[in-house]
This record gives sequence, structure tokens and C-alpha cells, in this order.
Amino acid sequence: MDIRLSGVSHSYDNFEVLRDISLEIPSGRIVCIVGPSGCGKSTLLRFLGGLEKPSRGEVLQIGAPPSDCLNPLTYIFQDFALLPWRSVRGNISLVLEDHGIRGARADGIIADVLARTKLSDFAKALPKQLSGGMKQRVAIARALAVNPAVMLMDEPLSALDSQTRELLMDDLVNLWTRTPFTAVYVTHNLAEAVRLGHSIVVMSRRPGEIREVVHLDKPLDQRQHGDPDLEEKQKYLWQLMREEARAADAELVHV
Amino acid sequence: MSDLHSPSTAARQVTFRGGGFAPSSPRWIGVAVFVVLLSLAELGTRQGWISPLTLPRPSDVLLTFQELYASGLLWAHLSVSLTRLLVGAALGASLGVATGVLIGLFSYVRAGLVPLTAALFPIPKIALLPLFVIWFGIDEGSKYALIAFGTFTPTVVATYGAVDNVDRSLIRMGQSFNLSWFSIVRKIVLPGAMPGILSGLRISLAIAIILLVAAEMLGAEYGIGAYILEAGSLYDLERLFAGVTILSLLGITMSTIIGQIERRVLSWRQ
Ligand SMILES: Nc1ncnc2c1ncn2[C@@H]1O[C@H](COP(=O)(O)OP(=O)(O)OP(=O)(O)O)[C@@H](O)[C@H]1O
Ligand SMILES: [Mg+2]
Repeated sequence: MDIRLSGVSHSYDNFEVLRDISLEIPSGRIVCIVGPSGCGKSTLLRFLGGLEKPSRGEVLQIGAPPSDCLNPLTYIFQDFALLPWRSVRGNISLVLEDHGIRGARADGIIADVLARTKLSDFAKALPKQLSGGMKQRVAIARALAVNPAVMLMDEPLSALDSQTRELLMDDLVNLWTRTPFTAVYVTHNLAEAVRLGHSIVVMSRRPGEIREVVHLDKPLDQRQHGDPDLEEKQKYLWQLMREEARAADAELVHV
Repeated sequence: MSDLHSPSTAARQVTFRGGGFAPSSPRWIGVAVFVVLLSLAELGTRQGWISPLTLPRPSDVLLTFQELYASGLLWAHLSVSLTRLLVGAALGASLGVATGVLIGLFSYVRAGLVPLTAALFPIPKIALLPLFVIWFGIDEGSKYALIAFGTFTPTVVATYGAVDNVDRSLIRMGQSFNLSWFSIVRKIVLPGAMPGILSGLRISLAIAIILLVAAEMLGAEYGIGAYILEAGSLYDLERLFAGVTILSLLGITMSTIIGQIERRVLSWRQ
């Protein structure tokens, strides 16, 4: 299943946020979106998953999602969004219950996703007992449980320290290498973008437009922290964003 | 700066200033306060520096209490009072929670009922007792209604406040996983609102006890309120205090029960 944005524009009242975004998200690829603060990245992601409607333009699903897919468009949120009153297990079964999956079948799925995110020992723990990195792994496990066709991630790692971030990026790469998933990955962090993205969409400052789409051909599992060619790409992205970021920053001061 | 490292600089502990603002409540302190106050009253009335007209002797109150128990009257009064309290409070609190949740979820209900609740809240409910007598009869009906109405308004206000405070990002999460509306309410909104609902219930139940006594004072043969009123009109301070003690015990019991429920239902918070 692919996703296509065509001519998406959006304003909150008279406040223009996005302008004429057209973008294709091909199946089995990770598309990263980078751009200065406030340029509408989170808004764009909410359109992609149907949590909000754009004022103009269309968001299209092309092709049907695989039949075993319970929730085609699945989010992973920056703030984890785990229910504090449910255990790790309960948080995952939450999203299965509504599909009538209970008992042994649910146990099977939960055990599988917990094993894939290396959380098997923590099934009974409450979210407050987990570290930030583990909470985000629970959120990833929850997303995997519904077999998403597309994962929508809004700065999933930015609440974490840089070491945990590295580890979780490795985890995501491993997950993707085993079974390639489609993902839209919004981030501030250019290192994350060059590590995880098959293509990187650079947005201008608000009103957000697509400035450039950068493609990276190196396979994900061959990318390493500190690769010279990745550093090169990162530098190039930073050049692209520098002016926008500076201007966006100045704008905020003047508001 | 250089003298930082010189041996002559005196070293001293960094002053600790992170204490307080985290009250815990060791149980025995509460008991100790009661014991000290009662012993003072007992001592004072025995030695004569508190006149028996101002305060009855605690041991006499205890004796009265025992007589009351032995005569079987204690249970006669307590059972009617407890029934009124339970029926009235259960009615008021459940209707209140339901209304509060509806206000928290639906714009039209909110627009219609929030002003109404604001108008009803400050009315001293006891002033409406004559009205309730006409509507629901002079017997139990009017007392149930009074207590129910008195618990209803504070429960509504606490509940919709609690629903408003449920983390929106959790609701978004539920929607993003395609949970049904009903699932979101039952699994996300209600548990998220539970802390606020329970603390509102504490206040509502205290109000219920106050209204119970008031209703019983205005017209009842049995019940703790009637017992206190009779004792008061005879200036029988021992019996008056025995009645008041029962009320306090009732209050403590209620608050303990809610505490237990909180500990069980909200264990995820500690
Ligand atoms: N519900 C809303 N109502 C009004 N304005 C909004 C709303 N949501 C977002 N905005 C505005 O739209 C703009 C884009 O917001 P958005 O959160 O999409 O930016 P972003 O690119 O994700 O920023 P960041 O990098 O800081 O997360 C911001 O200026 C924000 O103030
Ligand atoms: Mg954002």
C-alpha cells in the first residue's frame, strides 16, 4: 500500500501552515521529513493518519493494505502515549481487544512483539517502572502488534538521551531489515534522518513547502554512526536547512 | 577562585534544603491526637477545671453509648440512617458521575447543563426539603431525594472536571488505533478521570452525611439526627456527644472506604 499526498494545503483560521505539498510514500520505504520548528511536520503527519483533515488537497491510499493488517496507519508518538494504568501487556492488548483478539491468540501476538522489541521480561511492568527508551519500545511493540501497513512516527526518539537513541535506531533498522515496513518519520535530528531514511524530505519554514527531496541509496543495515558519506549528506541537509532555521527562529522572536 | 583549592578554606556540608512538601501520614499520629484530646477532656472534667456544663465527661459519653447499644436503640437509629445515607448517596453519586461524564463528552449536554449545575450548586439543599416533602412524600422518599440531590451537584462538577483533564494525547492514541468510541470512553476516559472522580466523591459523601442529619432533624422518629435533636432539646450533653461521635465514626469509615478504593483502583499512580 502506497500513500500519496496531492496538493495538500492547510490553514488554521487565517494562519497558513502548509502550502501545496505533493508527496509519494512508496511501500516498504522509510521517508523522513525534516524542517524547521513550526513548519507543519506534525500537522502533515496527522493528515497522513486521518487524525485531521487538510483544508485543501487529498491524502490517498493506493492499493489495499495486506489482509492481516489490523490498523493500516499506525502512529508512534513522541510522548509514547502509554496508558499509565495498564501494564506493558495491557497496553498492547488494548489495541487488540477491539479487533476481537483475546486469549491465546492475543498472548501469541503479544509474546511475539515483546520478543521483537526485547521486552519479554517486562510484560507485567507498569509504564512508570520503565525508562524512557523502554517506554518507546513498548509503543513500538504496540504498533507492531496491529501489523501496520504504514508507521507514522512523530519525533519518536527526541524525548530520549543520545545513547538510547542510537540503540533504538539500531532496533528500528533491525526490525526493518527483517520485515521491511513503510514509515514516515518526522524528526529534528538530521543524524536520525540520514541513518533511517530512504528519502529525506526537506521542508521550508512556515508555511511549509517541500524544498527538496534527498535520496539515499545505501542499504539501511550498512549505515553506521559516523559514516563519511552519511556525514556528507547530513552536512548538505544542514546547508539546506540553515537559512530556513535561522529565518524561522527570527520569526518566532517577532511574533 | 584560587583559594578554592587552598587548604585554609573551611569545608562544610552543602546545606540540605530539599525537605518538606511530601507529607506522609503515620497512622499512630492521628490516633494520638484523639487520645490526647480525650484524655485532656477526661482529666479536666474530673479535676473540675472544665465544668460538666461545658463538656460532658468522655467516660460518661462512653457509658451512654454502651446503654444505647445494650437497649438495641443504637442499631434502630443507625440502621435507618445508614439506609438513607446509602440509598441517597448511591443514587446521587451514580447519577452525578453519569451526568458529569456526559457533560465531559458532548458539547450540547455541556452547553445545556453546566449553567444549570452552576445555578443549583450554591442552593443550600436543606432549604428545599419542604419541596421534596411535597414531591416525594413525608417519609423516606424526601430524605433520599435530599441526600441524592446534595451529592449529585458536587459529583457532577468533580466528574466533568476530571473528564476534561484526561490527557488528550491518550484519546488521540485510542483514535489512531481505531478503538471504538465506547472503548475509548471505557478504557481511556473513565480510568483517566478516576482520580478526580474519587476525590470528588470524598466531598460528596461528607455533604451526604451533613444532609442526612439535617433531614432527620427536621422530621424523623428514628435516625442519628433525630437522636441528636432529642438529646439537644433536653440538654442531655452525654447523649448529644454520643450521637456526634457516631457521626464522626461514620465519616471516618466513609473516608477509609474511599481510601481503600483509591489504593486499589489507583495503584498505578503511586
Ligand atoms: N490545532 C491547531 N490550531 C492552531 N494552530 C496550530 C494547531 N496545530 C498546530 N498549529 C500551528 O501550526 C504550525 C505548525 O505546527 P506543527 O506542530 O505541525 O509544526 P512542527 O513542524 O511539527 O513543529 P515542531 O518541529 O516544533 O514539532 C505551528 O505554528 C502551530 O502553532
Ligand atoms: Mg511537531
